[in-house]
Amino acid sequence: MKLELRGITKRFPGVVANDNVNLSLNTGEVLSLIGENGAGKSTLMSVLYGMYKPDEGQIVIDGTELVFTSPADAIAAGIGMVHQHFMLVPVFTVAENVVLGVEPTGTLGKLNIDEARRMVREISDKYNLDLDPDAVIEDLPVGVQQRVEIVKVLLRDAKVVVFDEPTAVLTPSEIIEFFEIVKTLVSAGRGVVFITHKLKEALNIADRIAVLRRGKVVGEVDPKTATESHIAEMMVGRPVQLTVEKNSAEAGDVVLKVTDLTVLDADGRTHVEKVSFEVHAGEIVGIAGVQGNGQTELVEALTGLRKATSGVIALDGKDLTHSNPRERHQMGMAHIPEDRQRQGLVGGLSVAENLVLTRYHDDQFSHGVIVEWDAADAMAETLIGEYDIRTPNKETGVGTLSGGNQQKVIVARELSRDLRLTIAAQPTRGVDVGSIEYIHSRIVKERDAGTAVLIVSTELEEVMALSDRLLVMYRGKVVAELDPKKVTPMEVGLYMAGSRPDSAVTA
Amino acid sequence: MKNLFNKLGERLNRVSSMKLTLLAVLSALIVGAFIIIFSDVDNLKNGDILGAISTVGSAYWALVVGSFGSLRAISNTINSSTPLILCGVSVAIAFKAGLFNIGATGQMLAGGMTALWVGFAMDGPGIIQVPLAILAGAIGGAVFGAIPGVLKARTGAHEVITTIMLNNMAAFFILWLLKTDLFQREDRTDPISKLVSAQGRLPRLFGFLDGRSDLVAHIGFIVAIGAVVAYWWFLKKTTTGFEFRAYGLNADAATYAGMHVKRLTVLSMVFAGGFAGLAGAAEVLGTYGYASTNFAGNIGFDAIAIALLGQSSPLGTMFAAILFGALQAGGRQMQTNSDVPIDLIIVLRALIVMFIAAPLLIKTIWRTKSAHVSAGQTFRGWGS
Amino acid sequence: MNLAIETAPLLSNEQRKRARNVGFSLIFLALISAFFFSGRPGDAGFKLVDSFTLVLPSQPFARALAVLLGALGAVQLYRGFGKWTNVVLAISTGAFVVGFLAWATSGGSFNLTGMLQDTVTRSVPITLGAIAGILCERSGIINIAIEGQLLGGAFAGAVVGSLYGPWAGVLGAIVMGVALSALLAVFAIRFRVDQVIVGFAINFFSLGLTSFLSQRVLTEHPEYNIVKPFTPYAIPLLSDIPVIGVALFTQTYFVYISVIAVVLTTWFMYRTRWGLRTRAIGEYPQAAGTLGVDVIRLRYRNVWIAGAVAGLGGAWWPIGTVGRFDQNITSGRGFIALAAVIFGRWHPVGALTAALVFGLAEAIQLKMSNLDTGIPSEFLLMAPYIVTLIVVAGFVGRSRAPKAAGQAYDASK
Repeated sequence: MKLELRGITKRFPGVVANDNVNLSLNTGEVLSLIGENGAGKSTLMSVLYGMYKPDEGQIVIDGTELVFTSPADAIAAGIGMVHQHFMLVPVFTVAENVVLGVEPTGTLGKLNIDEARRMVREISDKYNLDLDPDAVIEDLPVGVQQRVEIVKVLLRDAKVVVFDEPTAVLTPSEIIEFFEIVKTLVSAGRGVVFITHKLKEALNIADRIAVLRRGKVVGEVDPKTATESHIAEMMVGRPVQLTVEKNSAEAGDVVLKVTDLTVLDADGRTHVEKVSFEVHAGEIVGIAGVQGNGQTELVEALTGLRKATSGVIALDGKDLTHSNPRERHQMGMAHIPEDRQRQGLVGGLSVAENLVLTRYHDDQFSHGVIVEWDAADAMAETLIGEYDIRTPNKETGVGTLSGGNQQKVIVARELSRDLRLTIAAQPTRGVDVGSIEYIHSRIVKERDAGTAVLIVSTELEEVMALSDRLLVMYRGKVVAELDPKKVTPMEVGLYMAGSRPDSAVTA
Repeated sequence: MKNLFNKLGERLNRVSSMKLTLLAVLSALIVGAFIIIFSDVDNLKNGDILGAISTVGSAYWALVVGSFGSLRAISNTINSSTPLILCGVSVAIAFKAGLFNIGATGQMLAGGMTALWVGFAMDGPGIIQVPLAILAGAIGGAVFGAIPGVLKARTGAHEVITTIMLNNMAAFFILWLLKTDLFQREDRTDPISKLVSAQGRLPRLFGFLDGRSDLVAHIGFIVAIGAVVAYWWFLKKTTTGFEFRAYGLNADAATYAGMHVKRLTVLSMVFAGGFAGLAGAAEVLGTYGYASTNFAGNIGFDAIAIALLGQSSPLGTMFAAILFGALQAGGRQMQTNSDVPIDLIIVLRALIVMFIAAPLLIKTIWRTKSAHVSAGQTFRGWGS
Repeated sequence: MNLAIETAPLLSNEQRKRARNVGFSLIFLALISAFFFSGRPGDAGFKLVDSFTLVLPSQPFARALAVLLGALGAVQLYRGFGKWTNVVLAISTGAFVVGFLAWATSGGSFNLTGMLQDTVTRSVPITLGAIAGILCERSGIINIAIEGQLLGGAFAGAVVGSLYGPWAGVLGAIVMGVALSALLAVFAIRFRVDQVIVGFAINFFSLGLTSFLSQRVLTEHPEYNIVKPFTPYAIPLLSDIPVIGVALFTQTYFVYISVIAVVLTTWFMYRTRWGLRTRAIGEYPQAAGTLGVDVIRLRYRNVWIAGAVAGLGGAWWPIGTVGRFDQNITSGRGFIALAAVIFGRWHPVGALTAALVFGLAEAIQLKMSNLDTGIPSEFLLMAPYIVTLIVVAGFVGRSRAPKAAGQAYDASK
């Protein structure tokens, strides 16, 4: 089978997400689609999968032009997709999720769940995916959830499988396993589209690499000859610094001290278990781990958004285990939250209003119950300039800005005051390269000014590059404390997966 | 320059939103006309379609004359609008904080009864007694409004359910209260209250026109306008108003920003209850001078439609309330002049809300090309 | 106390608070029994069948009840019942209701079987309304419009039933329910209007239209508003069982239909392809959509079915009871049904249970007005709402609503 995208153009109000894109894929090969956040990769794949109707251009399979009006058409044409955000119903079992849409049924539409189980087991065994058909999705680790997604695609006998940022949730060793699965798929005569922004992985697995920038294909490269820096330049349109520039840390006094912290949720499930660590002034401590291993709950407990079940959190020696978020904020704690749209910003409010979201009650911005909007607006003007926030004006709704600029609004708000501790969770998730560079340099600058910094990120490369000390979380526990300069990503990955390599150097 | 264009864009948007409202009202009237025609069983049976259609004309004409056709009509419109504005603000302010106050009816009953009690129990000069009774109404409503707020903050009980239950409970409680010796009028056996003393009544708005006792509008309207101004000031200028807006738009971000969201939950319902309580006070002290079992009528529910129509903004809510008040006043005239029951007004209001909420539909029907208008989402789901 | 906390498994703050609340609630009920229910001497007679009346000495019973509830509360506070908490709570509440009845009846007697029969009868519209709510919410559409659908069904049932007989009336009610739900579907799904807004508007629309038509048409043509209601049908054999036979098996068709509706909904929801897809689009519509399930069409279909069920529930008023339509005859039952959806945790059987609780509250309220309890009747009339308030305040925090309920579906997300 040969799949071709011819002259695909897709416009949204104000942007051209895909601009005359031409691509082709034969079964039995891996095409990597690479580009930075917002380059139009996901839009292109949504067009291919029938979720968007292209404004111009055709989808051609084996010489026949096809029009997809829904994912059902794409599935029927032999296209399968593993989405970045897994399309799994959390309260359903593996078998229920897999057969959804192609359910084996008896009279009156009665589900044949035994047959569904058998189907899952068959594929799971054939591709060595090790899945329990009766496990409930929300109880499964993300790596396993991804295998459920793969089974879904295989059950529908997809000839072309599209993976959208599949490695984001995997440990390095799981990534290797994943690549094995991809190779099996290819050798079984299927074609694979591998969407990523990680250059190394594209070079590793792809037969061809297509680079997308601002909705256009800017070139195709051969992974055997191309270099990382060359592709990066194609992606961004200028030379890119691939490493974070920083001097070695000069750690001072203990600022944050966490002792035996345990966090349970409302249903009594343990998310953080007896975690203890310290962060000193002037150092960056990173927390690595696969998504869903308690990092979110740890950060929420540290910032006061979630109650600690037991244990002590102290800032500069003062116990703040039972303080609320505002008290912690006033003690000099900054928090860059992992989900900027859900937590960090109020999309319906203006840039200026978002810039005072955590500070409107300070004497500087209010007298009694009256907000001094003039003072707030003046600060907004200053911060917009200082932090290079690209916005039409300070009254613009923050929800209309790009991801990178939204993140800069948060960084500006959180870092533009005297701080003792900065907690940054996934500080560069979904952000363009320029903003990533800027945010990283800001964080390092903050450290050099003597602030204690805690970085939580599932992007192993990022957390290793930024940190002076590295903690690894697995199933709610801190399982290792490492020196990021002395370990390889592979070794950290083993800790992230819960195993204990003997050769690793502990700090 | 760019700034100017943005401003201009906003202006245009507002104009098209106005146009949308007008088209929605027009659409509702057209549907209403069909309902009048098709329910005219006798005329239709006789094949007198023209007769049925002419009823529409006389009904709608009465609607206009009865709402704005004379000083008396205007006074009636003002009188009907007064509690609608206050309850509209009540629902709107809760909407701003992301809460759905269906309990304005109950809060109005609570406020009306406390105001009434001050109204007949006290015997001071009007200049003291009237403000005191109005204040008592606000406090009564606020206290009653606090209940669903506290329940939500403490147990997570959804206010949609609790306020409905509290409305029903308030109705029965007042039924009982009106039969107690404290409240019941001496010579009566039915549930009806004592009269507010003459100096405790709200002065009439057109009191300066001698001999026009038919102009019933009272200074409750001034209180209502004051409430709109206070609501505007609160939203724009105060820290708590800012917190309400942030919390209403994104509860997670408000929590993240260190706002005490449980306090905001309670506070928004206290404010909502206070405004609804004022409405109750205005009705009891101004319009009636006593309380019967159903002095709150359907006002609390109409207020939901009003707040939705006015998109919870202070001015929008006020204009929507006046529109509804005009329909109410005109509706009474319509019922008298033609044989079209006033219940048609409820249908018209429902249709206006539906059409306003579905700008896409209006655009399809009228083929207009107005700018993007968002209906917005008011409901956070059962979880929060 | 300390010891207990140390040996007990680690609980989250929320769990501890919940356990404590349950404990204090039990103690509270015990105190009411001890100081209030035991205040009236005399025997309470519960007539079960014509030949047998169960006699409970109300004072000793209240004291025994107080001791039992107090003990359970103390145990709960001391170490907790863990996963048995809900069972203990249900039994305690049940015993408390009996205690209340014994207190209210002391020195007299009343027909318990009759009250049970009344309970079942009155639960019908709430059950059907709640099923309508579940069908919608399980597929991701919040249905605040149950009240309006019931009211519309009642009106159509009365008019069509008057003209063409009760079964035609039922059919007319169903058609009306579907028409109103189609309105909800078009606005919520096609025009993506906020579901609560359109639901409310439909309630108004239905209230306004039925009141308008009943004013304008029915008052002048009373012949359009007189239905011959169904009479109870005694199921052979089953209806001969004492107590239960009367309460459950000597009822109008509405009771049997609503039980069948509960069974069918449960089976279809949890055992069939339709159910699997419905639950999927209520939880995570994109997951179903990307697998080729037509989310929009399925939502339309479910909302229509829900409308039919609600319309049927509305027919209960004219055709199951009074034989006519009055303005606002449903008087808020649709909202009670909504509460039953939540209380029943979006499960048909749960909703039926909740509906029976509300039905019981209504039935007690009616019986009580015949007994001289010293409580003003207004307070008894409040009972169902107080029950709902307590139930919602106590339980809703723990129940899990379909995740996508209330959100318009966007295929591209």
